[in-house]
Amino acid sequence: MSVLVFLDQADGHIKKSSFEAASYAAKVAELTGTTAEAIVLGIVNDDLATLGNYGIKTVHTVAEAALNNMDAQVFTNILSQAVENTSADVIVFSNNTTAKAIAPRLSVKLKAGLVSGAVALPDTSNGFTVKKTVFSGKAFAHIAVSTAKKIIALNPNSYTIVPASGSAAIAPFAATIGTAKVEVVSVNKVTGEVPLSEADIVVSGGRGLKGPENWGLVTELADLLGAATACSRPVADIHWRPHHEHVGQTGLAIAPNLYIAIGISGAIQHLAGVNRSKVIVVINKDPEAPFFKAADYGIVGDAFEVMPKIIDAVKKLKGVA
Amino acid sequence: MKILVCISKTPDTTAKIAFADNNTKFASDGVQWIINPYDEWYALVRAIELKEADPSTVLHLVNVGAADSDPIIRKALALGGDEAIRVNTENADSFYIASQIAAIAKEGSYDLVFTGKETIDYNGSSIGGMVAELLDLPYISHAVKFTVEGGNAVVVREIEGGEETDKAAFPLVVSCQKGMAEQRIPNMKGIMGARTKPLRVVEPAAADSLTSIASFELPPAKAGVKLVSAETPEELVRLLHEEAKAF
Repeated sequence: MSVLVFLDQADGHIKKSSFEAASYAAKVAELTGTTAEAIVLGIVNDDLATLGNYGIKTVHTVAEAALNNMDAQVFTNILSQAVENTSADVIVFSNNTTAKAIAPRLSVKLKAGLVSGAVALPDTSNGFTVKKTVFSGKAFAHIAVSTAKKIIALNPNSYTIVPASGSAAIAPFAATIGTAKVEVVSVNKVTGEVPLSEADIVVSGGRGLKGPENWGLVTELADLLGAATACSRPVADIHWRPHHEHVGQTGLAIAPNLYIAIGISGAIQHLAGVNRSKVIVVINKDPEAPFFKAADYGIVGDAFEVMPKIIDAVKKLKGVA
Repeated sequence: MKILVCISKTPDTTAKIAFADNNTKFASDGVQWIINPYDEWYALVRAIELKEADPSTVLHLVNVGAADSDPIIRKALALGGDEAIRVNTENADSFYIASQIAAIAKEGSYDLVFTGKETIDYNGSSIGGMVAELLDLPYISHAVKFTVEGGNAVVVREIEGGEETDKAAFPLVVSCQKGMAEQRIPNMKGIMGARTKPLRVVEPAAADSLTSIASFELPPAKAGVKLVSAETPEELVRLLHEEAKAF
């Protein structure tokens, strides 16, 4: 028995959300009286022994350059071999686009019930039940998994990392890799930006900002705070900002520690994508904006007057001239 | 080419979310049902565009659901598509649903299966991947662009932190999201025509369920907003730093 966590990597580095998934896997292992192991595919430059600090005992590696790009079929086949090799009965992913491509396939291959979008540890008091978001963040469901093997895809920023001590053993895994049926023609990565799904702080703008030329108010604050930038649906629809920044019911659902909404009224569809944020700040000149009902802090005021003062105050706080 | 588009019935995006029967069931009274937006705006509309570009394309829709799905199936047929198949079941487990779609896809020998990237009710993002695995086909998820070039599918998909362009031979399964196509409104000709298009109801194939919903829960209500005067925005920065410890 073991709990196996899939570590997602990009450009040779383990993704931040995978450390959260690793710590979660270690806790699941503790709850079920077993050990947590990890697997990473592709060439990784990080010191994998440090996964011990997240409670991982062994990191299995398949260091093949062919695995630097994810192919859902190839990855599923390798993971199913790793599940067999480690006798894993719980498999943990961080619920990102990689996991969404692989976990459903693995669920079928292993006949393992999948909970996608988990936000809490499993409840093992009566069977095996995992809490997940449903209705695009407007509610939660407790999903009972009835199969012997279980797969949990944990939403990013849902679990607080528990520091552990130790050094993880590194175990090269001789997997049969197989051939990808999908050919990757090109990869175009946005570099230098904080990925939205993993960001601790998100600064977001809506139609209240009146035009893309005013986005400096959003990006300057985001840069100061090391935050990702986001936008409301109308803003993406009229191409003021790229589609991948759209948060809400039909865009990305996020759960940062801090969400700052500037000039966004807070329609129910937008709230659905952001209401799991720990602290919500709303800046809007309309005191009747529905977003204030969902906010923790707010300023009723004109963003064009308020934002420069906020940016100055943050600069002062951060000691930036 | 033969295309199968999977459509799911979901509550309208503005529907009030509440639960009945001791929080074990979605309270559907008075709820407006729609085609899951990802299935409609992106998967279905892109498939219709492919058929418009090549009229020899056969376009079928599949829904796994009870008779109360029929209105949204008719709406989908009003947008386009030659016929629809409904697998008559209320089972909502994703493996069970994927098994039904896989059975239909296999029987109809489709070249391309389109799904939305997720449904806005259960947010599982699972059906496309499961169908692909059941049929041992490639699966390209989170597609933002789909074209046919030289007999192959060329798909741009969202990956963590960017985009990737993929090429694959048919048959394959693709999940669709924003960027694939633009939302359409059915016209009168489409609505009239949809009434006479075939809607075939079939009984489900034997399949297992791997999960079930034990209960639902609503998020706790917020304590209320703390307003800071627009005259002193620096006070907001102080509160976020010292009280909320947000940075």
